[in-house]
Amino acid sequence: MSTHTLSVLVEDKPGVLARISGLFSRRGYNIQSLAVGPTEEAGISRMTICVSVDEFPLEQVTKQLNKLVNVIKIVELEPTTSVQRELVMLKVRADATVRSQVLEVTQMFRAKVVDVAPDAVTVEATGTADKLSALRRMLEPYGIREIVQSGMVALARGPRAIAANR
Amino acid sequence: MTTARPRPAPRTGAPSEQQDTASQATPSARAARPSRVEPTPATGAQSLVRALEAVGCEVVFGIPGGAVLPAYDPLYDSTLVRHILVRHEQGAGHAATGYAQATGRVGVCMATSGPGATNLVTPLADAMLDSVPIVAITGQVGRKLIGTDAFQEADICGITLPITKHNMLVTDPADIPRAITEAFHIASTGRPGPVLVDLPKDVLQAQTTFSWPVDMALPGYRPTTKPHGKQIREAARLIAAAERPVLYVGGGVIKAEASAELMELARETGAPVVTTLMARGAFPDSHPQNLGMPGMHGTVAAVAAMQKADLLVALGARFDDRVTGDLSTFAPGAKIVHADIDPAEIGKNRVADVPIVGDAREVIGELTAALRGQDGSPDLTAWWNQLNSWRETFPLGYDDPADGTLSPEYVIERIGAIAGPEAIYAAGVGQHQMWAAQFVRYENPRTWLNSGGAGTMGYGVPAAMGAKVGQPDTTVWCIDGDGCFQMTNQELATCAIEGIPIKVAVINNGNLGMVRQWQTLFYGERYSNTELGTHKHRVPDFVMLAEALGCEGLRCESKDDVDRVINQAMEITDRPVVIDFTVGADAQVWPMIASGTSNDQIMAARDIRPLFDDPESGGADEVVTDIEREQ
Repeated sequence: MSTHTLSVLVEDKPGVLARISGLFSRRGYNIQSLAVGPTEEAGISRMTICVSVDEFPLEQVTKQLNKLVNVIKIVELEPTTSVQRELVMLKVRADATVRSQVLEVTQMFRAKVVDVAPDAVTVEATGTADKLSALRRMLEPYGIREIVQSGMVALARGPRAIAANR
Repeated sequence: MTTARPRPAPRTGAPSEQQDTASQATPSARAARPSRVEPTPATGAQSLVRALEAVGCEVVFGIPGGAVLPAYDPLYDSTLVRHILVRHEQGAGHAATGYAQATGRVGVCMATSGPGATNLVTPLADAMLDSVPIVAITGQVGRKLIGTDAFQEADICGITLPITKHNMLVTDPADIPRAITEAFHIASTGRPGPVLVDLPKDVLQAQTTFSWPVDMALPGYRPTTKPHGKQIREAARLIAAAERPVLYVGGGVIKAEASAELMELARETGAPVVTTLMARGAFPDSHPQNLGMPGMHGTVAAVAAMQKADLLVALGARFDDRVTGDLSTFAPGAKIVHADIDPAEIGKNRVADVPIVGDAREVIGELTAALRGQDGSPDLTAWWNQLNSWRETFPLGYDDPADGTLSPEYVIERIGAIAGPEAIYAAGVGQHQMWAAQFVRYENPRTWLNSGGAGTMGYGVPAAMGAKVGQPDTTVWCIDGDGCFQMTNQELATCAIEGIPIKVAVINNGNLGMVRQWQTLFYGERYSNTELGTHKHRVPDFVMLAEALGCEGLRCESKDDVDRVINQAMEITDRPVVIDFTVGADAQVWPMIASGTSNDQIMAARDIRPLFDDPESGGADEVVTDIEREQ
């Protein structure tokens, strides 16, 4: 079992997310994360789907996905040749006594403070899953009140682009 | 048999009047349809009916209801689209499937929202598994009511997501012509399948404009039909080198209209052909290279040929579990050439050595051409000696029941012999289906209709109805079981009223026969809930039921009567006929490979297992004559 990242261009139509998630569940594939958003082209959305399967079922996943009429293109992105990012926001318990320590950790991870209250700060960070879990481990001793994390988005390195019309 | 009860006359001129303009795909009939329409004002419903006319739809099977009512108003006026009022939406769906399988054209069914639409679920799932091009049009509650649990609301697009090739909810009346164009295109191209178009009531009522043709917007739908030349050459090289090849022919060959090309390929290779349940008729049964059907109830020769092959050339087939048995022991020595129009089928169950994505007709044509370019042809004499010896030692057959009851196999064999290979045969699901696949001799594609993938009991009568509408000049037999027949026989009322004279042979063994067979073999003869009472209590009395539904009802209980009754039915052409063939309950379908076991364990008959692999038996010819009595 290994994790694969699929970049999927789909028509931005109602129900397309249900079609894709339904396909994964009824064929017994596990989605680790899924992120969806608009692309440079109107009417086309891009999904980044992380799925953990063996090599052979992965071929079935992409073939079955390709059969969906609203799916335009699927590309597998390799970790070594693509930039893969997730976004996390952590609300950390931090009153005046520890706030500077929390800020220090935040800076080390090149994360940002996006909100502050007398006894808490909210830290925003982007990065690979590994980096974000390292950040989380560093902040955990102070007390994490709330976490929200996005699915992974990824883009291939280099000048070439995945486009719907090619 | 006579009755004093007045019979509903077939709707005068109903089929014939419209046949002239619509039902046969003659060039003049197509020319009568608008090829170009400038934008004209129309309601959504009018736009729907005009789009159906323009796309070539000649018949719709359906039932109106609240949400779809607006569509039925302009449909009432259409001279190009005949609507056939069925008795249950499931009948509409299977009729559309039968029509599509018999003609190759897209079948259309229509239903209202909520329960009307959910009654289409079974036929949609059935058409999905058997790759049948049908379009289902459903009414939906008004746009403002969607999502409010309104009266007769069901999320039919959500419900049918996994059992349609595609579906769409149309929310803008201007999109209706495009939706219909796309639905027919998606249903009928690539790997065919069912498409559902859901139309809210207020979208049907709204004012819009209709114009034709319309551009499709399907950027993600590009089926590959043309095979890759390199793969064709590689496949040809394997075929030319194979000593024990088998052409494993599936339903895709019929869908691609590739029977003529298959005949050429068979001639060029000299290889044996096996035709799956979905491919019966793709290659003539009378042809000496045809070994018959493979799989759970296939012939010993077909099953053994695949097990011992060194090359399987799968053409429009999908290595279904009913064909392969236990996958890990299926055709262990065979390299695989797998050609299918659906890339996802290739390598799904069995890894292909040479995958070929493409339309079966193009693939087969190009394979034959590539083989003609090869030097020399392989000598298959030894292989054919072995195949013929299997075929001679283990032919399909049956014994007359010891208790003197009528043999169901004999009845089915005689129907096939008397109605002949030009007739169309539709079956339900179960023992009678397997016997109809085994003992009717098929010579032509699109003459054998059945529910292969889904195994839908109740498929037979409505499918036969749809086939008869599509091929009005062809004799259409439904070979049904007493269990299946009781699921959908209400469509005989439709047949009687609408002038669709099908013939139904109810192979009445008083039981859910296939289930009973498994209870006999695997559940210690404990017959839990398989006795239907159609023998013991004669409830229902199928002759009286037929009469009540406006059909001729006949009964046959003895072997001597079989031909006479079949011939009597053949002579009745002005109304549907139902024959209650009261047959023995203990007949079993053989050969059989028990579910989940290896094809090597095929039983030619109860307690008789051919030994293909006995090392002691010496030459190939000896192997197959060894029969072991099992405990």
